[in-house]
Amino acid sequence: MSAFANILAGGVFHAAVLFLVAAGLQLVFGVQKIVNLACGSFYALGAYFGITFIGYATQFGVSPWLMLPGLIVSGMLLGFIGPPIERLLRTVYSRDESFQLLLTFALVLMFQDVFKFIWGANPRSLDSGYLIYGTIGAGDFSMPVYNLLVILAAIAIAGGLGAFLQRTNYGRILRATAENRVMAEALGVDVRRIYSAVFTVGAVLGTTAGALVVPTAAASLDMAIEFVVEAFAVVVIGGLGSMRGALIGATIVGLIRALSIVFFPEFEVIAIYVIVIGVLIFRPAGLFGRTLA
Amino acid sequence: MKAPLVLAAAMTTVFALLPYFVPPYYVGLMIPFFGYAIALLGFNLLFGYTGLLSFGHAMFLGIGAYGTAVMTGFGVKSFEIVLVAVILTSAAIALPIGLLCVRYVGIFFGMLTLAFGMLFHSFLFKFYYVTGGDSGMRVARMNILGLEFAKYNKIEFLTGPFYYYCLGLLVIAGFIMWRIVHSPFGLHLKTIRENARKAEYLGVHVRHFRLAAFVISAAFGAIGGAILGFRVGLADPDLVYWTQSGQLVFMAVLGGFANFFGPIVGALSYILLQDQLQSLTEYWRFALGAILAMIVIAFPQGIAGLVLQFKSLVAGRSA
Repeated sequence: MSAFANILAGGVFHAAVLFLVAAGLQLVFGVQKIVNLACGSFYALGAYFGITFIGYATQFGVSPWLMLPGLIVSGMLLGFIGPPIERLLRTVYSRDESFQLLLTFALVLMFQDVFKFIWGANPRSLDSGYLIYGTIGAGDFSMPVYNLLVILAAIAIAGGLGAFLQRTNYGRILRATAENRVMAEALGVDVRRIYSAVFTVGAVLGTTAGALVVPTAAASLDMAIEFVVEAFAVVVIGGLGSMRGALIGATIVGLIRALSIVFFPEFEVIAIYVIVIGVLIFRPAGLFGRTLA
Repeated sequence: MKAPLVLAAAMTTVFALLPYFVPPYYVGLMIPFFGYAIALLGFNLLFGYTGLLSFGHAMFLGIGAYGTAVMTGFGVKSFEIVLVAVILTSAAIALPIGLLCVRYVGIFFGMLTLAFGMLFHSFLFKFYYVTGGDSGMRVARMNILGLEFAKYNKIEFLTGPFYYYCLGLLVIAGFIMWRIVHSPFGLHLKTIRENARKAEYLGVHVRHFRLAAFVISAAFGAIGGAILGFRVGLADPDLVYWTQSGQLVFMAVLGGFANFFGPIVGALSYILLQDQLQSLTEYWRFALGAILAMIVIAFPQGIAGLVLQFKSLVAGRSA
């Protein structure tokens, strides 16, 4: 039974990371109406950069206890890639969505080789152990405290994003822009700056997720293209553009993966797509999406 | 109406003479081109003519390749029988999937097809004892048109008889697709692409037509997959991964999906481009990505569009 709890805890950790990436995807889709295939590449970028960043920090004698905040900082630092990429995407906003999808696919291809160029083709991992934070547990159940902290951080980010979007003035402007871009512009909203900011936040959510996962898993060239389909599954299950949907979708996907690894290893990935297809058939707009026009 | 026929005849002649003038390496490189070109003819019926972007179309190439592997595993020796079988299988699988997918358009259609493609990929990848997992399934050599060509080794066979065989298949597939898009059926599809609601008002069963286009494109995809599988001698799950589907879209856009010959041009340019880039640099993906980005941003009509623009420019000057 405790093995079961361990696996469940692993599933929740995975869900927390998935949520962050999916939240970035949702934010960008909600406001800019672009499905960003490169969100997986941001995730991988965060992971690689996190390793380098922590590596340097350790060399300079920064306490290993600061690993978690350090990784979050490294993820945030990568925000600088947001505006130029958004500038590139701006050229296709008025075009058909297939062109937008293709342009982000081009980014995926390019990022793939950027990683290879900077960090090499072999998987990279963090040397210093994340177990410095210790583990908690009862009986046979044990869980690294680091994982727990990441889960808590993800929940905090979820809450923070929700509060930001619902309660602040800027959040209201964002939602208004998502609702009706032209009207928002007519009312004096600088839509260009909003788009740039939203895309950057979306990218930072991805890079931070990648940085946070790196103490527990290696960074590899495949992680970008593997993760993006999972993030896709999350947003389809939850409903495109919905934050609550991202949270529920990530939980479902994280837990399903964990459970099927125990019971039917062959169905690990298949189960996710079966759910995706089921949701699309019975609730085309996702669990929390709006009904399609 | 005459010009495309002349163009097609000229292209066919060029390809028929090609093995006499270029090294065997490039002749061999044309086999995947034929495979992709046939698959893209089908893909473009869906994308260019019906306006549905499938991001899981590699699945049907996979069905073609794995179908071929399974058939040769059972000792089937005739490539024609294999082709007929994979076409029927692919269409039969595409029918229920299409029924679900064509209820959506735009990004949802893309995502649903992506999900089905990845479902198939994870089946191939995880069910090791059925599909060989990541090592794939072997495709044995077959005879074509009942002829063994036993005295040819594999390379000679591929660059000789099989080359012409695939060229023939492409010509036949191109002819069939030309008839399809220029039939009343093709006109229906274009109407649906331009304005689905209006088409519905005019009495067109929009979903039926989208479904038909989906199934036809799946059948063409299986032919392409069978050729690819035969050439490599292996069907492996990478062929079905979502990036492979993205690559198909890339080819269609590179050539120009608004033109009938665009996807064929796209497949040829992509194969040659990838080959050249791979020999030049280890970072060929970056170059390909940059080219794709450039096309999407600056030349959305693709190569075919550029040629047509150039032609109308010349015509405008002489007039």
